[in-house]
Amino acid sequence: MIEFDRVTVTYPGETAPVLADVTLRVAEGELCLVVGRTGSGKSTLLGLVNGLVPHFTGGTLAGAVTVAGRSTATNRPRELADAVGVVQQDPLAGFVTDTVEEELAYGMEQLALPPEVMRKRVEETLDLLGLAELRDRALRELSGGQQQRVAIGAVLTPHPRVLVLDEPTSALDPTAAEETLAAITRLVHDLGLTVLMAEHRLERVIQHADQVIHLPGDTTASAGPAAEMLETASVAAPIVELARAAQWSPVPLSIRDARRRAAAFRARLADHPPHPAHAAATSATEALRADGIVVRYGEVVAVAGVDVRLVAGEIVALMGRNGSGKSSLLWALQGSGRRQAGRVAADGRDPGRVSPAAARRLVGLVPQTAADLLYLPSVAAELAQADRETADVSTATARELLDRIAPGISDDTDPRDLSEGQRLSLVLAIQLRAAPGVILLDEPTRGLDYGAKRALAAVLDELAREGRSIVLSTHDVEFVAAASDRVVVMAQGEIVADGPTAEIVVASPAFAPQVAKILAPLPYLTVGQVLDGLLTEVET
Amino acid sequence: MSAPQTTPGRGTGLDARRVPRELHPVAWWLWAIGLIVAVNRTTNPLLLLLTLSVLGFVVASRRGSAPWARAFRYYLMLAGFVIVLRLLFRTVFPSGVTPTDHILFRLPRIPTPSWYRGVQIGGPVTLEATLSASVDGLRLGTMLCCIGAANALANPKRALRVLPGALYELGMAVAVAVTLAPQLIESVQRVARARRLRGGAGRRVHALRSIVVPVLADALERALMLAAAMDSRGYGRSGDASPRARRVTGGLMLAGLIGLCLGAYGLLDATVPRVLGAPVLLAGAAVCCAGLALGGRRVRRTRYRPDPWRGPEWTVALCGIASAVLLYVSAGYSAAAVDPTFYPLRFPPLPALPAIAILIAAIPALAAPPPIRSRRHTTAPDAGTEPSPRTELVA
Repeated sequence: MIEFDRVTVTYPGETAPVLADVTLRVAEGELCLVVGRTGSGKSTLLGLVNGLVPHFTGGTLAGAVTVAGRSTATNRPRELADAVGVVQQDPLAGFVTDTVEEELAYGMEQLALPPEVMRKRVEETLDLLGLAELRDRALRELSGGQQQRVAIGAVLTPHPRVLVLDEPTSALDPTAAEETLAAITRLVHDLGLTVLMAEHRLERVIQHADQVIHLPGDTTASAGPAAEMLETASVAAPIVELARAAQWSPVPLSIRDARRRAAAFRARLADHPPHPAHAAATSATEALRADGIVVRYGEVVAVAGVDVRLVAGEIVALMGRNGSGKSSLLWALQGSGRRQAGRVAADGRDPGRVSPAAARRLVGLVPQTAADLLYLPSVAAELAQADRETADVSTATARELLDRIAPGISDDTDPRDLSEGQRLSLVLAIQLRAAPGVILLDEPTRGLDYGAKRALAAVLDELAREGRSIVLSTHDVEFVAAASDRVVVMAQGEIVADGPTAEIVVASPAFAPQVAKILAPLPYLTVGQVLDGLLTEVET
Repeated sequence: MSAPQTTPGRGTGLDARRVPRELHPVAWWLWAIGLIVAVNRTTNPLLLLLTLSVLGFVVASRRGSAPWARAFRYYLMLAGFVIVLRLLFRTVFPSGVTPTDHILFRLPRIPTPSWYRGVQIGGPVTLEATLSASVDGLRLGTMLCCIGAANALANPKRALRVLPGALYELGMAVAVAVTLAPQLIESVQRVARARRLRGGAGRRVHALRSIVVPVLADALERALMLAAAMDSRGYGRSGDASPRARRVTGGLMLAGLIGLCLGAYGLLDATVPRVLGAPVLLAGAAVCCAGLALGGRRVRRTRYRPDPWRGPEWTVALCGIASAVLLYVSAGYSAAAVDPTFYPLRFPPLPALPAIAILIAAIPALAAPPPIRSRRHTTAPDAGTEPSPRTELVA
């Protein structure tokens, strides 16, 4: 269905190609996963399929890409619209109209399909993706999972043979992600659609994959059956890492397969109770105390009377579905967001009642879109500006802080050209320059690959050791299991659970990390713990 | 949505048997333009007030529940403002006061320099001047309300979709801009809020820059993503014309527009030879149409659920046109009644035929199909609140 024949892509102004001499083939009806670290060329590979690379992005293409028998060299993306459906990472950014029904019809209007056909296909697609109830709703009012399903439906109506998805679940909470993936797998099984999908959160998708295209980052690419490819790939979901540690071959891709294999392994580990994944804070100094926080936007109550206590040196993960009030709570604690009622005390002062400049010296916040804080043309200028803003605070300079968090970011880079992880590090360094005792991070793991997440966990660990308290909101259970001491779960603006990570995370099936699901009832959460357990087994 | 629904107390026996639907936007616009033309011909305050009542009646009985349906009241406010402004000007700058006028009060006169003699500031305020100023204002306000009624009754997005094929790109650009505007506002609010996280202080230039740069970068990124999405969904697929055809279309449009401008100028300025008036205007319009038709020929695109043009559409459009025609015709017979003066002061008469002409425009309140009211609430009781993923799955 999709064929790459000795494809080499070079972007304008670059001397080295992003992809070089790539030859691969995706057969009809396969769900093919594209894996690799950030910057390894995943987006380029996906863009090649419908000709957005190079027709839209610029650059030169050598070799040939053929989709459904048509070459992308002679067919522009718009001419391939009836053969390839493309869904971008952020569904809202790709919507052209403003209601569900019109959005589903838009693609067909461009293809000049007769009105009767359009009417019929819209109804079919509404049913296929469970959107019938939402047909008249405005797209902006929908939840993230619903928007993603509409985006998929909108490219399905022209009946393409190939569906290309760029990180379809990266912005979704676990339940919405499940919902989206269920819709995608149904399309593969029921309609025989060929799906090419890139995803950072492999743990969510590998069980559905038939084939994997691996981009190791050296401009090459290789394809093969999922289990075989993942055994050696440069990125690995926890289940794959566990399989590598336990030397299972081929790698199991679903929790069910892994649990069947794991009986003997569980017996080996049973005698070695794991060390906690993250050493809990031992200090008793209260870093932040908040009582009865209420945040409302008109009629909508985002945070309904929440109490928070933070101890110095602890890392707290804030979880809950989209719209449960996590961001509103973080902004209220920092003092820059709304707060209709309640008291906050950090270091004896209320960050909501002092100037913004004083508030950031008490509590620092890294917002969800970190780029909002950056406005200067180079990293050096941003760092110098940060030093000027906090000249009275005597800590390391912003540059020194950045080099500790993420070494090797050069001075003259434009902050907008940095990778997601590097940009996060830059904003974190800027906020740390004010030496706040409490650091809040709003969805820092969004768009990070496994390496970047490991680096972030290490940085947070070091900051906690220095005696800072950290709160981070995230949907990523695996990250929470590896990096936090305590988990707070929110729903409808209230705290519904609060306790040590090991207890909270294992308690709910939706929230449990893969290792916990495979090794239950053993209290293991991360592969790191398992490796430690294996070490002690060897020693004894 | 099988059974037609009516709101209790609103549906008449006739409405209950008809399927609610949206009327073709062009029908409403033709109706409104007809009324504007009619209003333009008269200065009789009774006829103007009658027109306003007709507009209010039709809007109240045939508007839907969409946000734009509430637009009419803002146009009413605008009309009130126009009348007040007009009165104020006439009071401050009085002119043409005759000895027989009834003086209401006197404003202190401000002496104007000799080279500015033509304009008088302050002085006597007469009843006649006040009345004729209000009627002038009322006429302008009523025309604005005609536009307001069309806006409240016709879906603006659907109205854009009936643009001829050659102007499709233009309509698309407007529709996308309307959709993206709220996102831009959101982006400004988000960045302004985020600025406080860095202390929020700084010189003014700095502050402006720290908001403008991230917002623009964000907007640009979003525009690129939208362009990529539209390209991969087939937008502009059939827009391939040979350079020659494109030049011919452009030339025709340009010539047509010049013709339209010259024609309008010729019609309005009496000193220009008559040949430059209506004939040039018509020729310009014809050339424009030819350009649009030629440009539209290369576009191959279909419309999802196009608005049908059926009996009710004909009725609504013809009612508006009939109003205009009948008023123009009858104005010749009762010129004094259609354009009454306040010199000498007397109560304006209500001429029968012109009044009937205006009343014809009220027929759409019954002839148009009943609107779709609050369909959204019947399908989604939790619209606007955050739906939980659990209920979605069940649904």
